[in-house]
Amino acid sequence: MKLHRLAAIAIKEVLQIVRDARSVGIVVAMPVAMMLVFGYGISLDVKHMPVYVFDREGSQQSQDLLKHFQASEYFDVKKAVNNYPALVRALDNGICRLAIVVPHDFSLKLNAGRQVSIQALIDATDSNTANIAIAYSQAVIQAYSQRVQVDWIRRHGQKEIKPPISVEARTWFNEGLESMPNIVPGVVVIVMAVIGVFLTALTIAREWERGTMEQLISTPVTELELMLGKLAPYFVIGMLDTCLCAGFGILWFGVPFRGSWNVFFISSALFLIVVLSLGYFFSVVAKSQLAASQISLFATFLPAFLLSGFLFPIDQMPVAIQAVTYFVPARYYMEIIRNSFLKGSPITILLNELLALAFLSCLLVFVATRIFKKKLT
Amino acid sequence: MLGRLRHMLIKEFLQVLRDKRTRFVLIFPPMIQMLIFGYAANLEIKHVPTAVVDYDNTQASRDLISRFAASRYFDVRRLSADQRQIPLLIDRGDATLAIQINAGFARLLGKGETAPIQVIVDASSSNTALIGLGYINEVAGNFAQDFQGSRLQRVAPLILSGIPRVLLDRRPWYNVDISDRWFFIPGVIGNLIMVIVVNLTAFAVVREREIGTLEQIMVTPIRRVEFILGKTVPFFLIGLFDAILVSAFGTLWFGVPLRGSIGVLALGTILFLMCVLAIGLFISTVSRTQQQAMVTAFFFIMPAIIFSGFGSPISSMPEALQWLTYLNPLRYFQEVLRSVYLKGSGLDALWQEMAAMALLSIIMLTISVLRFQKSLD
Repeated sequence: MKLHRLAAIAIKEVLQIVRDARSVGIVVAMPVAMMLVFGYGISLDVKHMPVYVFDREGSQQSQDLLKHFQASEYFDVKKAVNNYPALVRALDNGICRLAIVVPHDFSLKLNAGRQVSIQALIDATDSNTANIAIAYSQAVIQAYSQRVQVDWIRRHGQKEIKPPISVEARTWFNEGLESMPNIVPGVVVIVMAVIGVFLTALTIAREWERGTMEQLISTPVTELELMLGKLAPYFVIGMLDTCLCAGFGILWFGVPFRGSWNVFFISSALFLIVVLSLGYFFSVVAKSQLAASQISLFATFLPAFLLSGFLFPIDQMPVAIQAVTYFVPARYYMEIIRNSFLKGSPITILLNELLALAFLSCLLVFVATRIFKKKLT
Repeated sequence: MLGRLRHMLIKEFLQVLRDKRTRFVLIFPPMIQMLIFGYAANLEIKHVPTAVVDYDNTQASRDLISRFAASRYFDVRRLSADQRQIPLLIDRGDATLAIQINAGFARLLGKGETAPIQVIVDASSSNTALIGLGYINEVAGNFAQDFQGSRLQRVAPLILSGIPRVLLDRRPWYNVDISDRWFFIPGVIGNLIMVIVVNLTAFAVVREREIGTLEQIMVTPIRRVEFILGKTVPFFLIGLFDAILVSAFGTLWFGVPLRGSIGVLALGTILFLMCVLAIGLFISTVSRTQQQAMVTAFFFIMPAIIFSGFGSPISSMPEALQWLTYLNPLRYFQEVLRSVYLKGSGLDALWQEMAAMALLSIIMLTISVLRFQKSLD
């Protein structure tokens, strides 16, 4: 391997990138655009959920209960209706996602010391939102129920009773329990996966499509030099984009960074090598820009989005799919990046993930060089 | 006119279907995406790994812990009374929740005081944390209720015979099991149609331009209308075919119910197809090479999917972006898909979405066709 030949290839590649205005645009605009779209667009928080109420009793007590729903920032009581069909219509049309029905004998039953059920009709088409809405409604009802009981007991001449237990929850790493600090570091991973695909798959396949690859092959450059020379500029660009994304996440979205920058950079470098080698591999196999980009998008973007634990927790997947995720490099990178941003655990805890990434990057670089050699002969 | 149009259509169909790669792209990626989404896209939380430290070790504390252990939401791991293990477990991701019961728990309960339970939540995965916390509150609330009951039994059995209590009667509609699969599968249909049709339409024209066959076509007696129809009708039909394929797959394989009328679904699909054809045509007018078309298409499709309510509710997005989603045809189609599938809604509930898509398709088709004609000059 000669360094000057490698450098020659790299310089050629850099010139090719710099002189194509659109690829410069991709390099800078894409990470920022994706950060914005994902950062603002994906939110699993449920706030201001539109709620209709149907108070069949209309007593002071029933109104008091409904006020508790109104007071919660999670619910937005849009309208009080006075018949059941109106509720059904609102749910059917998607105008409200939750409907609370207070029975006609609400205060009557409570004052008689009996149980009474509040109906919560939930539009469960959006399953996650429904689950969260149920949990919030449950909390509102439970708190109200407890208050009613305390009042009751006091009125019956007992000394005041305190609630037996209280849950003192401390949320670590993301005090507000918001999804933004959870999503934004994950977006860094997605952006890296996509950038790697676009950069390598397109520009290397172009060489094949235009026939200039044969020219390159006829020069004394070796396969390894060619590959390294081609990937080096994109590696640098990828690292710059990683910094861009991380900086954007920290400064714009205000996500904390608690871990070590060394771990961050090492893992980013390893992940980039993985993605670039994959893109290279596909562009060698497919030999057409269109096919290369489609295959790599399918093979890197989708797994990074779905199988990395970005939104969907891996430990909740069926066992067979969990097994598949071990082959998804983004899974390890996701773990490291989330940890680096939010948890800041010591490196020893991330060792397995780092080793897995290192192993995968070596494997893929090796495979990429092998496949290219075969095509030459 | 019809004769020429027919030849144009035959040519386009042959071009798409003779290419092995395109044939592959039309069938397999949609299927695989359906499979991955169906099995992996799961926000439901069960068996949250939970560490428990019990410093009290009384019957009361053990009773509380056994309630957590009995719930299918928690995977309880008892620790040998050492809270210092908790940070390590959470750092490593071996525990998402930690429950600590301090010494004196039973004594406080016995005295009628409020006994605290310490809960630590790893909120780096905000959704899991939120839902886990909700479950904890529920279990603790039930414990408190039962404890209160037995205490009153002792001190004032008369009161207990009639103590008021408010319960939540949850009724998830449309998706009784609150299944994520039922939520995601109809949505995937919309995404797939968009991805496939936009890409095919955009590439069909750009490829002719890139290869130079566009000029050949322009010298034939074919008229512009015929050319545009020839470049859209095949993809319209292919889009329809893919829509049928993936919907059948969703219903037959995953058992997602189709409760509404196929006619309403078909109408929505046709209107949506008009919109995406217009987007595809538009992209073809701003791209000179297939590579550019691919990148531009990605820039259109990605935000369209994120801001459609596909994965997370629109009502949780920043308000300015919520307004922007009104321009997104996929937003309306997602609503139509989910409503028809799960709610069985008819036109009376969905006419607004249909009208919006019709309006958007007219505007977008007009713009695209005008631009397209100009770009042919």
